[in-house]
Amino acid sequence: MSAVRISIDTGVCIGAGQCALTAPEVFTQDDDGFSELVPGREDGAGSALVREAARACPVSAISVSARET
Amino acid sequence: MSETVAFPQDRTCPYHPPAAYEPLREGRPLSRVTLFDGRSVWVVTGHPEARSLLSDGRLSADRQNASFPTPSRRFQGLQDRRTALLGVDDPQHNAQRRMLIPSFTLKRTAALRPRIQETVDRLIDAMVARGPRAELVSSFALPVPSMVICALLGVPYEDHEFFEAQSRRLLRGPEAADTRDARDQINGYLAGLIERKRTDPGDGLLDELVATRLETGETDIDELVSLAAILLIAGHETTANMISLGTFTLLRHPEQLAELRAEPSLMSEAVEELMRFLSIADGMLRVATEDIEIGGVTIRPDDGVVFSTSVINRDDAVFENPDALDWHRPARHHLAFGFGIHQCLGQNLARAEMEIALGTLFDRLPGLRLAAEPDLIPFKPGDTIQGMVELPVAW
Repeated sequence: MSAVRISIDTGVCIGAGQCALTAPEVFTQDDDGFSELVPGREDGAGSALVREAARACPVSAISVSARET
Repeated sequence: MSETVAFPQDRTCPYHPPAAYEPLREGRPLSRVTLFDGRSVWVVTGHPEARSLLSDGRLSADRQNASFPTPSRRFQGLQDRRTALLGVDDPQHNAQRRMLIPSFTLKRTAALRPRIQETVDRLIDAMVARGPRAELVSSFALPVPSMVICALLGVPYEDHEFFEAQSRRLLRGPEAADTRDARDQINGYLAGLIERKRTDPGDGLLDELVATRLETGETDIDELVSLAAILLIAGHETTANMISLGTFTLLRHPEQLAELRAEPSLMSEAVEELMRFLSIADGMLRVATEDIEIGGVTIRPDDGVVFSTSVINRDDAVFENPDALDWHRPARHHLAFGFGIHQCLGQNLARAEMEIALGTLFDRLPGLRLAAEPDLIPFKPGDTIQGMVELPVAW
């Protein structure tokens, strides 16, 4: 999978951790429990699980779009 | 349409939806059911529609709303007090949840794994010392999550007989008066505990909330007591039911059990599939506050809405051959932990407890078997969290 643009709405995030559970190489949780991107993997690191992680989010806090090159 | 199905109903087999829900499968994605009091409400049975509605702000979880549906007689009369977290809407819900999420992250949960393993090992040692038979609910399924949530919250485990008995009354009391009294007893106990923590703090989550949220005025004693009660009850009852019913289900599916024993790395997938298959919180409730058009129908303000997770998690448009227990299917998008803002706060802790408890139990006791006629082992009624009442086993 090619590079993608991922945005996380931490105002909506409820800290369920589904993103980090589904695609741990791209998503993690900060100390407050909010979703954040693993440093260096902001473009999804080619992971096929990024879209699955966005779908797993119970509050649709994650959006994934194709990156303009 | 013919006569509507009564909801909820008792399961006929503890791991399958009630046979009487069959018309609901035919009636996807939404149909009508009749509650005990004669009220007609919507039942959501389609998986995509359930995802959409559980994350729809036009459905309220406010149990104090006069139109909020009641699942059975015993749960009448609980509206006099606000139920924190699962009984409030945003923005109040969000403020409550944000106080708690740092304690339930994947990292914090992973750090608890050694302690969970140690608890599980000790309980199995005690069973083996007394063996070769045991009643698994009281000797294992209940104490594992009960000890873990006590340690996490800072509730003394010495008091477990009291709060376990009151939770049992709250969730399965004979009458509404018992349910309400049980709730008040638990609240009174936790109010006393929190009061003591103000002068004699320990190192649990409740101690932290007292110091950083109560003393600062961010929360008040009523809210903190209600939060503590939800965490304590949900923290031990639900996981205990998954461990007891999960064990029963595995023992009734020898092929799948053998496969899991041969390949223990399947355990985390197996836990997801068991969550989907068992759907122990079957009948999540909401009330509509606005018109919602979905699945070809219009839900109106004040309409009651119930989510039958056992039927939703067997939607054959989403889960192939849904009545089969299959470790190799993608089961992770089941809705057994709910969806939307109220999705289970403790789900990652629950996953860790289930993996460790079930994995270690079947590893340590290779000859584990039911010690009673399967059809005669009692399980819980349909209006409450599903699980085994007792589970006699031998090895």
